[in-house]
Amino acid sequence: MPTYRPGPVSLVLAVVVALFLLMPLLAVIPVSLTPSRMLTMPTGELSLRHYRSLIEDPRWLDSILLSLRIGVVSSAFSTLLALTFSLGVWMFQPRFTAALVGFVLLPMVVPPVVSAVTLYFLLTSVSGISSFFGYDTWLGVAMAHSVMTVPFATVLILVSLSQLDRRIDLAARGLGASVWERATRIIMPNIKFGIVTAALLSFVLSWEEIGVTLFITSVNAITLPRLMWMGLRDNIDPAIAALSVILIIITVLVLIARSLIARRQPTP
Amino acid sequence: MRGILSDRIGAALLMAPLLLFLILAYAWPFLGVVKWSFTLPTPGLGQYHALLTDDLVQSVFIRTLRIAAIVTVVSVTAAYAITVVWVRGSPVQRVLAEFCILVPFWISVLTRAFGWVALLSNRGLINTWLQSIGFISEPLTLVRNEFGVIVGMSHFLIPFAVFPLASAMRSLDERVLLAARGLGSSRMRTFWTVFVPMTRSGIIGSALIVFVFSLGFFVTPAILGGGRSVMIAELIYLRIFQSPDWGLGAAISVVLVVFVGALMALLFRYVKPKQLV
Repeated sequence: MPTYRPGPVSLVLAVVVALFLLMPLLAVIPVSLTPSRMLTMPTGELSLRHYRSLIEDPRWLDSILLSLRIGVVSSAFSTLLALTFSLGVWMFQPRFTAALVGFVLLPMVVPPVVSAVTLYFLLTSVSGISSFFGYDTWLGVAMAHSVMTVPFATVLILVSLSQLDRRIDLAARGLGASVWERATRIIMPNIKFGIVTAALLSFVLSWEEIGVTLFITSVNAITLPRLMWMGLRDNIDPAIAALSVILIIITVLVLIARSLIARRQPTP
Repeated sequence: MRGILSDRIGAALLMAPLLLFLILAYAWPFLGVVKWSFTLPTPGLGQYHALLTDDLVQSVFIRTLRIAAIVTVVSVTAAYAITVVWVRGSPVQRVLAEFCILVPFWISVLTRAFGWVALLSNRGLINTWLQSIGFISEPLTLVRNEFGVIVGMSHFLIPFAVFPLASAMRSLDERVLLAARGLGSSRMRTFWTVFVPMTRSGIIGSALIVFVFSLGFFVTPAILGGGRSVMIAELIYLRIFQSPDWGLGAAISVVLVVFVGALMALLFRYVKPKQLV
């Protein structure tokens, strides 16, 4: 029961910061309703034309579908790899665990631009071997995204494993359960919240990934962030504002839903 | 007795797929990039020599360090202000602060940079408003310069700065604060002489995280800097895609990794990884 509360000065400063944090998110709302073809404030009348163009312009729809596909594939792949790796760490506690985990976390701590150059090198090398798996292909992007998201998935799964009581696994082992049975029937059901969170985070990270994607795509694999980037750099297209408003609304709804679920779930 | 051997095999089978994947898709190509830096366009240390002598590269490095330092101070200070309320506020204040921290955190870097363009550009919200109330006659240049980059990067990094600070503030024994107050210390004095010093590890952790992130930042400076305030990451991009000089791009990448690695080593001397979440 904390009784040391922030004073009036703290509250005023916090409100200033809160406004700063929310300001750019609120600013896109009026821009998205402008009837003009350019990025301006609406003067007088409002229009939904930019929302319509998101549905009617096939470029937007194509890139949304591509981003969904890449997100689902890379999230499934990285969650699976992270899960087996974390199970290995937790069940067997091998030597050099710290070094191995550190290695797995590298793509998370190395500056993203360096990872981008690295993955650019990888995919341009692979391009020579296979035409549907290298630079500027959707599978190549999915693989690159997996590299970038797998550390986050691993951290989440390792954290939820660390909260698991080892004795239930020891009991199963003592009763003769095989490694497979222990993993699938004892451990995984107990960390399913962590696994789902890892998959969701991987998907979200892939869905909004731009730093690496810029380096490894050019004209074929145009993901949604890549298309937004093109619209932002050249001639600012207010359709981006409409898209941003939709993404912000989805984010807010998901966060509210998550906090409602978390309130019912007694998490540690 | 299923012995140590089967345990080792089990561990190896479970851990191998991810390790193999990262060796093939990350470690090996990284070594390839290192090789580029020594072999393109001609074998030798030419690119590293160029790094030390090229005026453009030097000015970009200095600008990056300067922007990263300013962004660190701004982000950590702002994050501190909102974290105090998030950790120590009343239940309603906590929910509101959490909302303001987490919503931007989960929104993509592009959307957030775009929001700042909408606010700061010549025909954006702020200039339109200032002109309509007659405060200024010509639009202010708020974007496509360093100011815009600093604003956008600080906005992006404040939520990241919050988490180590929150962890430090949560682990602080509040009885110490109550004791200070009970002994007659003012709010201000308690804050500056007890609260802030006791959250020092959080401040160091958060400052290093923000600084490290700022060094390799690409998207926000590229959009809000408008090509006029190029930072290291954008320079790498330009060297690889616009004036193809892969060797120099690779050499800058290697230097960046080494520098960030040294900073991370410093970070973990001061704070344990657990204190960062």
